[in-house]
Parts: sequence; structure tokens; C-alpha cells
Amino acid sequence: MQGVMTPADIEAAQHLQHIHETPKSFVKHYVFSIDHKYIAKQFLWAGLLFLFFGGMLAMLIRWQWAYPGEAVPVVGNLLFPDTQGAITPPTYNTIFTTHGLIMIFFAITPIMIGCFGNFCIPLMIGARDMAFPWLNLLSFWIFALSQALVLASFCVELGSAAAGWTTYPPLASQVGTPGLGQSLMVLALFVTGVSTIMGAINYITTVIRFRAPGMTWFRMPGTVWGLWLTSILNALFVPVLGSAGLMLLFDRHFGTQFFLTGAAGGTGDPILFQHLFWIFGHPEVYILILPIWGFVIDFMSFFARKPAYWFRGSIYAMITVTVLSAVVYGHHMFVTGMSPLLGQAFMLLTLVISVPAEILFLNWLHTIWKGSIRLTVPMLFGLGTIFVFGLGGLTGIYLGTISTDLYLHDTMFVVGHFHLTMASAAFLGSFGALYLWFPKMYGRLMNPFLGKVHFWFSTVGLTLVFGFQMLAGYAGQQRRLYDPFQYSYLEGLQDLNRFTTYCAFALAIGQLAFVYNFFYSLFAGKRASQNPWELGTIEWTDCASPPVHHNFDRIPVVYRGPHEYNHPEVLEKLGRDWIGQTEEFDPAADAATSDEVAATA
Amino acid sequence: MSADAAAHHDGPMVYPDDRLYAKTTAGKIGMWIFLLSDGFSFSGLLLGYGILRGGSDYWGCFKEQAAELGCALEPAFGINFTALLTFILICSSVTMVISHSALESGDKKGALKYLGLTIMFGLMFLCGQAQEYFGTFEYFMHAVDGGHHPGLIAEGLVFGSTHYATTFYCITAFHGLHVTSGVIYLSLVWRALYLDKADANTVEIVGLFWHFVDLVWILVFTFIYLIPS
Repeated sequence: MQGVMTPADIEAAQHLQHIHETPKSFVKHYVFSIDHKYIAKQFLWAGLLFLFFGGMLAMLIRWQWAYPGEAVPVVGNLLFPDTQGAITPPTYNTIFTTHGLIMIFFAITPIMIGCFGNFCIPLMIGARDMAFPWLNLLSFWIFALSQALVLASFCVELGSAAAGWTTYPPLASQVGTPGLGQSLMVLALFVTGVSTIMGAINYITTVIRFRAPGMTWFRMPGTVWGLWLTSILNALFVPVLGSAGLMLLFDRHFGTQFFLTGAAGGTGDPILFQHLFWIFGHPEVYILILPIWGFVIDFMSFFARKPAYWFRGSIYAMITVTVLSAVVYGHHMFVTGMSPLLGQAFMLLTLVISVPAEILFLNWLHTIWKGSIRLTVPMLFGLGTIFVFGLGGLTGIYLGTISTDLYLHDTMFVVGHFHLTMASAAFLGSFGALYLWFPKMYGRLMNPFLGKVHFWFSTVGLTLVFGFQMLAGYAGQQRRLYDPFQYSYLEGLQDLNRFTTYCAFALAIGQLAFVYNFFYSLFAGKRASQNPWELGTIEWTDCASPPVHHNFDRIPVVYRGPHEYNHPEVLEKLGRDWIGQTEEFDPAADAATSDEVAATA
Repeated sequence: MSADAAAHHDGPMVYPDDRLYAKTTAGKIGMWIFLLSDGFSFSGLLLGYGILRGGSDYWGCFKEQAAELGCALEPAFGINFTALLTFILICSSVTMVISHSALESGDKKGALKYLGLTIMFGLMFLCGQAQEYFGTFEYFMHAVDGGHHPGLIAEGLVFGSTHYATTFYCITAFHGLHVTSGVIYLSLVWRALYLDKADANTVEIVGLFWHFVDLVWILVFTFIYLIPS
């Protein structure tokens, strides 16, 4: 696809992906669809549903930390009739465990990767669909099966998983957490892993093989880069979690002792699980942030109406992080009795990651510097993402350094830190993406005022909640405590915890602005034009809102990068501050550029 | 909506000649990525095997260990028999390559023949594994060398009793699962080729999977069987 674009190349691209007629039957159109845009929407709905579910679990945790053991107001009697609405310790264990697992694997992942990966990749690179549409269909329905397993785990005796989201044995063995619920949850993780790998293979192949003529690697938007790099990490490291999950299930049900030792009976190695878990688990946190970085690179340029500053540098930084993410997992295990020399190596590699992260930050700031910024809702969410990720990233340095980690390990500081990075940043970034692409998905505009209300409640709420959690942790409050204030040295933190809880409730109430906006706009929002944000990427310039079933009647030809804003010549000749990637501007110059690209590629 | 009429009909996709990937098809790229991914799931299991083996005082309770520690006697793996299985699997890779190259030079009949041989070798390997686990073909084995071959399970290698037994069953069964799916996949391609619904590319892709299964076996054979206790 690189190289000089001859008419023959452009013609060949037209025949690469066939045009299929829009399915007419209800089932093929709405249930077992192979259309990437529809599968994206399925992932979106499935993810939003579980985001609500996980959010409600978070509220229960917050209530417990403000008023330990007291009856939960309003819904308490409904949820816990046996205790007149109070949360018992075993129930509490289930709540914080499932909150973590649901949010990571069944809410953020489907929204960010399942939805936007499916929706954006083909549209933004100029493809008619994914490389393997049937695999895409399977990927969603296998994911739906895993969600069903999660729901089923709540319905069995002794309840759902309760060994913490990291599922460490021996706590996660039958001795520590008896009952079918924990096993169903581990099985759900395995099944969702299969779905994720299928998606990853599809995304990687699509980007490699189905870019439109002229869409060179560095003409791809940051969004596509982020999703592509994430997919590589998914394809490589999710299988390791799968292996660990299988061994854990064998330990729980088939009498093996991979991870069992001591009182759990056996000669296994519990630390082995931690190795396998974090070999996957650390790339996982970058899996959840790389697409967001991609969104932010694009949003900053889109709405500062300037080219992205040192775009190549940002991409190289993301690639560097992708590589480094595979070799830093040991920093989760500093206190497991790891050799200090090995710990030092992991510490060094961990801290090195702040260099590419810093390059990304500086590039974002340079991009908006002196830009003609349009504070649209996606832009606000992008800026909010930078803010919370900055806070989370800086506090990560304390945790990546062994000496400070020994003190902060397993405190609320850790909880606040990772919620600012992989939860808040992923949350704000995904919602920014939803506000940006909603008009393209559903052909209607969302209300900007309600969007801004949602933004302020979310960003301020997230910052306060997780900022205060870090404060509590720094003051010595351990994570996962049922009643922190039964320890006299933590009594003084009760007011702080209560205030954090009020902030969390405000954050939750602010989400109603989104819920109303989403449903209202879905049915009665203003009709969106083809390009409401005045952007230059292919999905806005070459597709209707919403796009037709096969996206493009003719596969577009790409002449330039995704961030061409306020180019003086374009301003002069076309009278607007943007130009599409597929617009022929000056045929002679465009041809020369593509030759140049060919020569340097 | 005036769609390009020429793009409407189905037919083989012709990939444009890419600077980096030439005319490589999406299916081939997808298979390579899957194989990398699958390699990592094997490495998860092998890593577990390595760490457990490294942390154990003894690996396999043979006569000396049983006498010294009083553990339940376990059989050693039959290296010679498994070496034969390994040889069969390598042969299957050879026939796989011949099948693909025959098809590339237009010899569909030859391709079908060698693809069939590959399937047969795959089935032989699975039979070998059944014999190794359960002694399924004990009668036949007895006729060959007059020995007693009741299978590892009957000889006291019990899943879940020791890491020696558990890791063996987990890893070889996981590989056996791959051989089984490979044989099914190969059979589907054979049928498609017979009905003229497959081309050299389809055969090449199934070949990639088959060679991977073969390669992984060589690693499994080395780690599980050959490294002395």
C-alpha cells in the first residue's frame, strides 16, 4: 500500500474487500451481525451495562468505608435482606473483588477495545470491514458468554469471587474461597480472554493488510496506532493469563497442586501464580491506556486545530512503552521475597517508562500550545484524561521505587494510583471517544451542555475520590479493610473516608447526565451532518453519518496525515482550516508527496 | 449509493503488492499472529513446569526415591516410544510441505495424496498418545516386542498426585488437543481442496498451524521427556 500509487494499485484496492448487501433479516442485522460497526455497538451496550453494574458495586464499597457495618440506605434491604441491609465481611470481599474484575475485563475492555477498536479501525484506515468478519462475530458472542458466566457466579451458593481481583492462591483455592462462584469467575476470565485474542488477531491483521491506498503507517491516526499496539499486547499476554487461569481451575476442581502449599495442602508454588498473573497483568495496564493515549493525540490536534506536535515522536514513544511494558511486571512483586538485584532491575525498567510517557505529555502540551482551541466535549474529556493520567503517572514513580513501595505497598495509595491511571484515564478517554464518535455511530448529535456537566462531575469527582484515597493510603490505611477504623491508628481517617464517599456519590449522580443525554440523543438528538466536528480523518470525510453497510462505495485514496489543520495554503484556497486525508488538494504536489513517502518508506 | 459494480461479486481476493508484505494474504498474517499468541499460552504452561520442577526435591518417584522417601512409585516416560512419535510428527511436516509445493506446481492429485498422508501421520501420533496414556493398543504393542505396556495411568502416573504427573498430563494433553484440532482442520482443508474450494494459500495456512504444532512438540519432548531427572 505504500509506494507510488499507480492507478492499478488504486483499482486493485477496490477489489480487495467485496461489497455485500445489507442483511435484511432481523437476526443477521441485529443479533448475529458481521458488520464491524454493529458489533462495535453490541460491545458498547454490553460494556455500558457492566460499567453501571461495576459502578454500583463501587458505591457499596464506598458506603462501607464511610459507615462500616451500617445498613446501606435505599437499596440495602433489597440487596442484603438477611442482615437488614448491612454488608457482612464475606459479602464485602465479594463486592470489592467483583468490582475490580467487572470494571477491567467486562466494562472498560469491551467499551474501549471492543467498541472503538471495531468501530474506528476499519473506518479510519479506509477498509470495508474487518479482515475476518466471522471471527469478529464469534468474538462478541464469546464475550457475551463470559458476561453470562459472571452473572451466573452471583447466583450460586456462597456467592461470586471473593479473593481480590488478582485472584492470588492460596486465598483463591478451595480452602481460601470455597464455592462455585470463584471458579465461574475464573472461567469467565478464560472465556473473555479467548474473545479478546480473537479480536486482537482481527485488529492487527486489518491494520496490516487493509489500509487504503496511500494510508502509510505514519498517516494512520493516533487512535488506530493505540488500538493496534494494544492488540499486539493482548495477543501476546492474554494467553499467559489463560494458562494461569486453567491451572487455578485445575487446583480448585481436579486435585492438582500447582499453587497450593502449606495449610492448603500440597507442594506447589503460590508465587508462580503471581509471576504468571503479572506477566499478563502489567501489559494489561498498558492495554488499557495505549488506546487512550491514541485518542488524546488525536483529540488535542483535532480541537486545537493544529498538527499534532512531533507525531512520529508520540508514536515511537507508544511503541517504546509497548515493548517496555513486557519487562516490568516484577514491580508488582517487590515484597514477595524477590532477589534485591532482580528488584533493582525491575525498578530501573519501570522508571524508564516515564521517559516515553513524558515525551507524550510534552507533545500533547506542545500541540495545544497557542492553538485555536475549541473546548468541545471530547476535547474537555481529552484534557481531563491528561490531568488524571498525569496525577496517576507521577504517583506511580513512588510505587515503582522499591524503598517507597515497601511503605506504600498494599495501602490505599496503590488503589488511588491505579484508579487514576487505568480507571480514571480509561474512563474519561473512553467517554471522550464516545462523545466524538456518537454522531458517526448513530447519526445524531449529543447535547453539549449535558456533556459538559458530565465532564465536570466526572473529572472533579474522580480526582477527588482517588486523590483522597492516596492521602488515606499515605497516612497508613491498608487497602481492602472491612472496617478500617477498628484499628486505633486509623480512627482519625474516618472523616476523610466519609468525605471521599460523598465525592464518590456526587461522581455517580453526575453520570445521570450522561445516561439521560445518551438515551435522549439516541432517539431525539439533532441529526448529525457528515462532518460535525470539521475533522480530516476518513470516517468524517468519506462516510455518511451513520456509514452505509460497506462503509465506502469506492475505497478512498489517502494523500496526507490525519492532523492537517490551519495549513496556510489550504486556508487561502479553500477558506477552511482543515483538509481531509483523502482530499486531492494540489494533484501535482500530492503526487510528489506520495513519491517522497515511497522513497523514504 | 452507486456501488462499484465490479466489487460486488465474490471470488478470490487479489492482494495488492505491498512493499513490506508482498502479496501475503490476511489469512496468513492472521494465522502467524495466532501462532505467536498460542506460543505464549504454551510458554505459560512451560514456565509453570520449569518453576515447579526447579523447586522440587525430586522429579518422579522411581525406585531409589521410593526406597529413600517412601513415595508412591511412578513410571519413567518411555523415551524410545515417544521418539518414534516425534519422528512420525516430523514426517507429517515433510508431507505437509510436499503437499503444498505439489499444489503450487498445479498437481492437485499429489497435493491431496500428501495432505492425506499428513492427516494419517497426525492420527498415528494421536493413537500413540492414547497408547501412552491408556495402553489402548496394548495387544498390538505386546505382539511387537512381547513387553507389558498398560499405559502410564495404569502404571501409577496419577493426574494430581505429583507435579511430575500433573505437568506431564497438562502439557502433553494441551498439545494433544492441538494435534486433534490440527487433524480436523487438515481434514476440512482436504475436503475443500477435493471440492476445488481451496487453493495453495489455504493449504499453506493450515501448514503453518501444523508446523507450529510439530515445533511445539519438539520443545515439549525436550523439556518433559529428555531432560534427565
